[in-house]
Amino acid sequence: MTTIPETLDGSEPATSPAPTAITSVLVANRGEIARRVFATCRTRGLATVAVYSDADAASPHVAEADSAVHLPGVTPSETYLRGDLIIEAAQRAGADAVHPGYGFLSENADFARAVQDAGLVWIGPDSAAIEVMGSKVESKQRMQDAGVPVLERLDPAAITEAELPVLVKASAGGGGRGMRVVRTLAEVGGAVESASREAASAFGDPTVFCERYLESGHHVEVQVMADAHGTVWALGERECSLQRRHQKVIEEAPSPLVERIGDDLRERLLTAARDAAAAVDYRGAGTVEFLADASGDFFFLEMNTRLQVEHPVTECVTGLDLVGLQLDVAAGEALTGEEPTMTGHSIEARLYAEDPAADWQPQSGTLHLVEIPGVAAHFAIPPMHGIRLDSGVADGSEVGTHYDPMLAKVISRAPTREQAARELAATLRHARVHGITTNRDLLVASLLHPDFLSGEADTRFYTKHDPAGLTADSGLDPHLGALAAALADAAYDRSETKVLGGIASGFRTVPALFQQRRYAVGEGELTVAYRLRRGRLELERLPDGVRDVVLLSATPQQVVLRIDGVRRAYRVDRVGEEQVVVDSPQGGVVLRVVPRFVDPSAQAPAGALVAPMPGSVVRVAVAEGAHVEAGQPLLWLEAMKMEHVVAAPAAGVVAHLAVSAGDQVAQGTTLAVVETADETMEQ
Amino acid sequence: MTTLRSTFDPTSEEARANAEAMEAQLAEIDEQLAIAVAGGGDKYVERHHRRGKLTARERIELLLDRDAPFLELAPLAGYGSAFTVGGSVVAGIGVVEGVECLIVANDPTVKGGSSNPASVKKSLRMHDIARENRLPVISLVESGGADLPTQKDIFIPGGATFRNLTRLSAAGIPTIALVFGNSTAGGAYLPGMSDHVVMIEERSKVFLAGPPLVKAATGEESDDESLGGASMHARVSGLADYYALDEQDAIRIGRRIVRRLNWRKASGPRIAAYGPPRYAADDLLGIVPADLKNPFDPREVIARIVDDSDFDEFKPLYGSSLVTGWAEIHGFPVGILANARGVLFSEESQKAAQFIQLANQSDTPLLFLHNTTGYMVGKEYEQGGIIKHGSMMINAVSNSTVPHISVLMGNSFGAGHYGMCGRAFEPRFVFTWPSARSSVMGAQQLADVTYSVSKASAEAQGKPFDEEGAQMIRGMIEQQISAEAMPLVLSGLVYDDGIIDPRDTRDVLGVALSAIHTAPVEGTSAFGVFRM
Repeated sequence: MTTIPETLDGSEPATSPAPTAITSVLVANRGEIARRVFATCRTRGLATVAVYSDADAASPHVAEADSAVHLPGVTPSETYLRGDLIIEAAQRAGADAVHPGYGFLSENADFARAVQDAGLVWIGPDSAAIEVMGSKVESKQRMQDAGVPVLERLDPAAITEAELPVLVKASAGGGGRGMRVVRTLAEVGGAVESASREAASAFGDPTVFCERYLESGHHVEVQVMADAHGTVWALGERECSLQRRHQKVIEEAPSPLVERIGDDLRERLLTAARDAAAAVDYRGAGTVEFLADASGDFFFLEMNTRLQVEHPVTECVTGLDLVGLQLDVAAGEALTGEEPTMTGHSIEARLYAEDPAADWQPQSGTLHLVEIPGVAAHFAIPPMHGIRLDSGVADGSEVGTHYDPMLAKVISRAPTREQAARELAATLRHARVHGITTNRDLLVASLLHPDFLSGEADTRFYTKHDPAGLTADSGLDPHLGALAAALADAAYDRSETKVLGGIASGFRTVPALFQQRRYAVGEGELTVAYRLRRGRLELERLPDGVRDVVLLSATPQQVVLRIDGVRRAYRVDRVGEEQVVVDSPQGGVVLRVVPRFVDPSAQAPAGALVAPMPGSVVRVAVAEGAHVEAGQPLLWLEAMKMEHVVAAPAAGVVAHLAVSAGDQVAQGTTLAVVETADETMEQ
Repeated sequence: MTTLRSTFDPTSEEARANAEAMEAQLAEIDEQLAIAVAGGGDKYVERHHRRGKLTARERIELLLDRDAPFLELAPLAGYGSAFTVGGSVVAGIGVVEGVECLIVANDPTVKGGSSNPASVKKSLRMHDIARENRLPVISLVESGGADLPTQKDIFIPGGATFRNLTRLSAAGIPTIALVFGNSTAGGAYLPGMSDHVVMIEERSKVFLAGPPLVKAATGEESDDESLGGASMHARVSGLADYYALDEQDAIRIGRRIVRRLNWRKASGPRIAAYGPPRYAADDLLGIVPADLKNPFDPREVIARIVDDSDFDEFKPLYGSSLVTGWAEIHGFPVGILANARGVLFSEESQKAAQFIQLANQSDTPLLFLHNTTGYMVGKEYEQGGIIKHGSMMINAVSNSTVPHISVLMGNSFGAGHYGMCGRAFEPRFVFTWPSARSSVMGAQQLADVTYSVSKASAEAQGKPFDEEGAQMIRGMIEQQISAEAMPLVLSGLVYDDGIIDPRDTRDVLGVALSAIHTAPVEGTSAFGVFRM
């Protein structure tokens, strides 16, 4: 922790590389992380260069960069994984440094090397360190040698019953891809094969390995920052125990586990992390991940040689700009002063375009509205009790199937953990994210769950607590939501009309029937039967548990009701013609508009299986005319880097097969028609 | 901007008494409306639903744009007759795909939707409204044909139904028939005479003669489907333009047809952004005195129905028993004539004639707010030319070509009813408040006249006069005339287009004015010879 002595004659100190001036940074990434890096660049007066695929042409990260270079194509392998094109882009746009963000090429040693070979500054660790840590097998060996506790590697062929369950992991990459938990010996072979296939597709490296799977544990990780002068800072720990499918959902600093156990646990973790970094001559920002049990024992999992998604929580408790430090270190500067420590508490929630209740299925579509209230800082540390937003999307953003479904990170900062959790939950509850199903309600429910608030939640949280169950009571009562939606929709239709717009809504001299609007929520359908009589609301049926509803005002955007004497305001947003989203301080609800009329010719035949999301057909297992059992897989669809099986809804015959392997399909496309036994008999 | 200042106090004892009387009369009318809405009653409605069919009102609601207004017309047709109130037809002006249409739906729960004399009267009145205002007509057909016991009152005049439809078509006014069920014999010409016809699978039945009649006539064996099913008409005869799978589908198609009419109104409101009246509509319950002998200031009504309570009075100091002036209702300019103290004198008549001519000069529709006991009688007035002046007013009203709307608020008696554009003077619409009374003269006056005439006649003939009997007859006559002057009776005879709650007046007029402006509004300078 010493500063570099500046020499009078400008000659470089013998032991350290020369500080390299960085004036223009290309971020080889997209979405929020590109914007995060740009934010620091802007405050430092550095020029910013974006790259973008076809799908990202209208993305915020492109719009706000000083210049941007198009990478033709859509898939990562055509675009963000094309190191050659990215280096060419940097040169063309005059960038002198490349920041890889996370994911994509961030842990690709060849790319790091190529960047440097091209005469550009690589904002990351040396390729050698990436290589070592990139191999989970080798990294573990090194850690074991350095005395850091590790889980032993198992030979897939020699796994015994006693070692179960085991985890199959891709040696390259992370983010849960190419990862499988195996609980029976019989599954091992298949899991290794499919994990290997996924790893090859995602990271270009099919190597996988096995290790014991700890059913429960706390994911604790340490942020390190190392300079080229031998200084390694361990910037406190984070806990990221709330995960789904091995992807983090909620992260925080400091770790409640570490706080609870106390003693020297933190120091042991930080020391292990410093040692780990030092062992590979690490430079720049990195994260050493551990799995810890409730007693405070921990095992090295892996080291991520890049900036982590959840880096903002460390920034919020240390006051550091980690990207700024990355730039400093990359430029050859030294880390100076005392190693920073943590103050206060910070929690990050990842807002994903996914449906937790439907097996976390990724969602795609147009983000009609994104509104996170009370944001005090974007990509920067907010004041105490403030909310930070790191978002890669804006109103109207298209969320496709090709990239990670994370939309934004919402981060709270508060003096205590409880405050940070409640403030973040409140912000998320008041957030309006329309057009795509998100995990918002789940985030709110998780943050306020007793197990989370007590700090005891471990990695099994979402196994113990079914997401659908967690959110069952959250959100707005759909009946009230539908009522507000109907009244707002009525106001909207009245405001759009070209004739008689000034006449009272639903004016009747002979009131006989009620106006009807229907909305679908999940599998259910709600009918709101209402009428206005000289401004007074009359309902055919009151919502359950409600004794009295008085309409105070209704506009297309807002409905104010007095329900059992309490004034309640509902904000209503129409997403195209198909969806209405109602938000309120009691939560929100997404309603599908049930059309008043259905054109019979537009209806899908009974037994039709439609694509649940846009994607490509990977494999078709049956042919037309095949007899199938209920639940039998018919074909596989790949979307969002995950395979979704389309199975027969009932026993019958495949009457029609509309697709074949390789076809790209839009959401709602009819894939196959299965005629059930009854139907077949009728014919 | 001339804002009317109201001096009406809704909390006064008198206003509260007036409102109480009005509410009692409204309750009586609501009772009849409930009968009309019930149609054939629970039993038949339930049976109808069980067959998977919608009621006439449900069909209309589904056809209309949601939350758009629907002005039901002549809902109490047939009141006072042997038939169910409503004439087994539900009709009115509503918005379909943004187009104001005249909708006429048979109510199949009332004797299978068969036509009785009230049905015919109501349907023909609807055709008048469609023709005068150029409103596309949508017929929701399901009728068992004529009510045979009353065929003499239906058969000959009822032919106009078919004549009207094709004349509407000839005038370029679209006619659409959605056939939900039976439309046989004469009824078959209803789709036959319509521009656009939708029939429903296994529901519509359209033929001149059913299987038994065909068998009797020609010996041919046949069935309903081959004689007049939707499938046959869509595929073979070509009478059906569209083939719907069910009722919802038929209505969906009906809406698509309207959508494709490319229908354009002649004009819309002159002012797009207008304010509501500055005084509460609820006050309208308490303005008309419970006893119509007491006059009331119609400006209190005007202040509660016109935009922003903004009213520019014409000739306020002359002929002050008739208020005339200009205002807008829902953005549509109107000239208003409103009786102030009941009686029309020479000055009022001349003022009215001049005002009507001015409205014709500026193509402004006229609104008549009735509370008149007629033209003044007496030597002074006869000598002053009250007949000439009354005739001037009636001449002006008769020959005026701008659209007229009449609202009967209170009295509407004698020639005053004519001068204020009573039904016979073909206003585009006539609406009645529950407080209205209309007859050749007031019931009491009429009884008095009868009494004095009979007394004079007895005296002239030197016969003894039965005072007691004459008084009894006088009482009976007064009772009979009072009853006949009631809005329910007038509405039952389709002498108005509906009894309305006074609080609804502004919106009713708004819908009517907008409908009116579907056709061009043009005044005239061609009046009869004014007797000066």
